[in-house]
Amino acid sequence: MIEQTIFYILAAVAVIGTLLAVTEKHPVHAILYLVTSLFSMATIFYLLMAPLVAAFEVILYAGAIMVLFLFVIMMLDLGHPEKGMAPGWREWLPALLLSAVSIASLVTVVASHHATVSAYPSPLPIREVARRLFQEHGLAVELVSLQLLFALVGALYLGKSPAPPPPLPEGKGGQRPGEGVPL
Amino acid sequence: MTAFSLDITLFALKLALVFFVILTLAAYLVFAERKILAWVQDRKGPNRVGPFGLLQPLADLIKLLTKEDVVPSAADRWLFYLAPAMAAIPAILIFSVIPFGAPLTIYGRHLPLVVADLNVGLLFFLALSSIAVYGVAIGGWASNSKYALLGGIRGLAQLISYELSMGLSLVPIVMLSHSFSLTDIVAAQETVPFIVYQPLAFIIFLLSITAECKRIPFDLPEAEGELVAGFHTEYSGMRFGLFFVGEYINIIVLGGLAATFFLGGWHGPLLPPTIWFSLKTLAVSFFFIWMRGTLPRLRYDQLMHLGWKVLTPLALVNILITGWWLMLK
Repeated sequence: MIEQTIFYILAAVAVIGTLLAVTEKHPVHAILYLVTSLFSMATIFYLLMAPLVAAFEVILYAGAIMVLFLFVIMMLDLGHPEKGMAPGWREWLPALLLSAVSIASLVTVVASHHATVSAYPSPLPIREVARRLFQEHGLAVELVSLQLLFALVGALYLGKSPAPPPPLPEGKGGQRPGEGVPL
Repeated sequence: MTAFSLDITLFALKLALVFFVILTLAAYLVFAERKILAWVQDRKGPNRVGPFGLLQPLADLIKLLTKEDVVPSAADRWLFYLAPAMAAIPAILIFSVIPFGAPLTIYGRHLPLVVADLNVGLLFFLALSSIAVYGVAIGGWASNSKYALLGGIRGLAQLISYELSMGLSLVPIVMLSHSFSLTDIVAAQETVPFIVYQPLAFIIFLLSITAECKRIPFDLPEAEGELVAGFHTEYSGMRFGLFFVGEYINIIVLGGLAATFFLGGWHGPLLPPTIWFSLKTLAVSFFFIWMRGTLPRLRYDQLMHLGWKVLTPLALVNILITGWWLMLK
C-alpha cells in the first residue's frame, strides 16, 4: 500500500517533470526538470528492487550526461533563448514521427498482454548481474568498450587545435596578442 | 508497545541522533578550523564567546539567521533559493550508508548502527556526490554575476574531473571486499585495514575528496584572490550559511568515508567501536584543516593536470596491479 502510493507520486513527478522539460524554453530550467524526472525514475527502479539500475541511472544520466549538458549551456551563454523563433514544421516533423513510433511501440506492448513482468519482482543480486555481463556476454562488453574508445579517440582528433601559424617576422609588431604575458 | 512500533521508534531515534550529531559536529568543525588555523598562524583565534570561545558557533548561527537575505535583482529567483539546499542535502544523505559502529542489540532487537545498509552503498555515495555538483553550478549560474558564474563553471569542471579519479580509486576496495555494501567493506577490514594493501588508492582518494569538497589547495571555485568568493559571492545570511555548513558536513562525511573504505571503519582495539569511528573521521577532518593551513592554492591548469594526467592514470594502473595480485594470490 505504502509502496503503491510512493510509486504513483514518483510516476507523476516523472511524467510532469518530463513534460515541463519539453515545454520549458529556458535550457537550464529544462535540464533541471529532466534531472528531477530521472531522479524519480531511479527511485522507481529502486522500488522495483533493482538498486543497481537505480544507482547507474543517477550516476550516468543525472550525474554525468546532464551535468555535461549544463556545463556546455553555461559555457555557451545563449542569452535569451526564450525569445527565439518558434519551431517550424522542419523541427516539428521529425519530432512528431519519433513520438508516433514511440507511442505505437507502447501501445503494441500494452495490447500484446505478455504477462512476463510480475508485479512483485525479486531482488537482483549484483553478483548475478556481473556474472551474466562478464561471463556470458564478455565479448559484447569488450566490443562496446572498444567502440567507446574509438569515439574518444575521434573526439580527441576533432578537438585537436590546428597546426600553429607560421612565426611572424622579427621586429615591430612581431608579438601576437597575449604572447609573453605570464599567466 | 508492539514490535513494529518499537522498530519505528528505534529507527527514528537513530535518525534524529545522526542528524543532531552531524549538524553539531559541522558547526564545531568550523570553530575547530578557526582555532587550528589561528594556532598555525600564531594567533589566538575566536576566544570571546563563552569559555575558550566555545559558544562561537551559536553566535555565528544567530548572526547568520538575523542577517538580511539579499537576492540580486537580475537573479533567477527560484534557482537562487534552491541552490544552497541542493549543495547541502546530498552531503547529509551520503552519511546514511556509513556504518558508524558495531551492531547493537536493544530489547532483543538487532540494531545495525547504519541508517540504510544498501547493497549498492558505494554506488549510492558516487551517485549523490555527482548530484552535489548541481548546487555549486546552479548557485553560480542563478546569481547572474560574473564572479559567481566563473566560480560555478570552475566548480563544475573540477568536480567532474575529480569524481573520476575518486570512483576509480575505490574499485580496488570493491575488488578486495567483493561487495558494494559499506557494512561488508568494514567487515572485510576486521584484521587489516585496506590502507595497508592499498596505500596508493588511499592517497588518490584523499586528494580527490579534498578536491570534491573544494578545500585548499583545490579551492579554485571560491578563490578569493580572483573571484571574490566564487559561486557564493551573491549569497548572504542563512543561504550563505547553508553553503558553508554544507561544506563542513561534506568534510565530516568524506572523512567518515575515508575511515570506512581505508582505515578499517569502526574496527579497533580497546576503545568502543563508535569512538574508533569518530576518531578516524576527525583525524581525516583534521588533515583537511592542517592542509589548509599549510599549502597554497594550485593554479587552474595544475589542478586539471593533476586530476586527468596524474591521478586518473595512476588509479587505473592501481586497479590493474590489484587485479594481478588477486589472480596470483
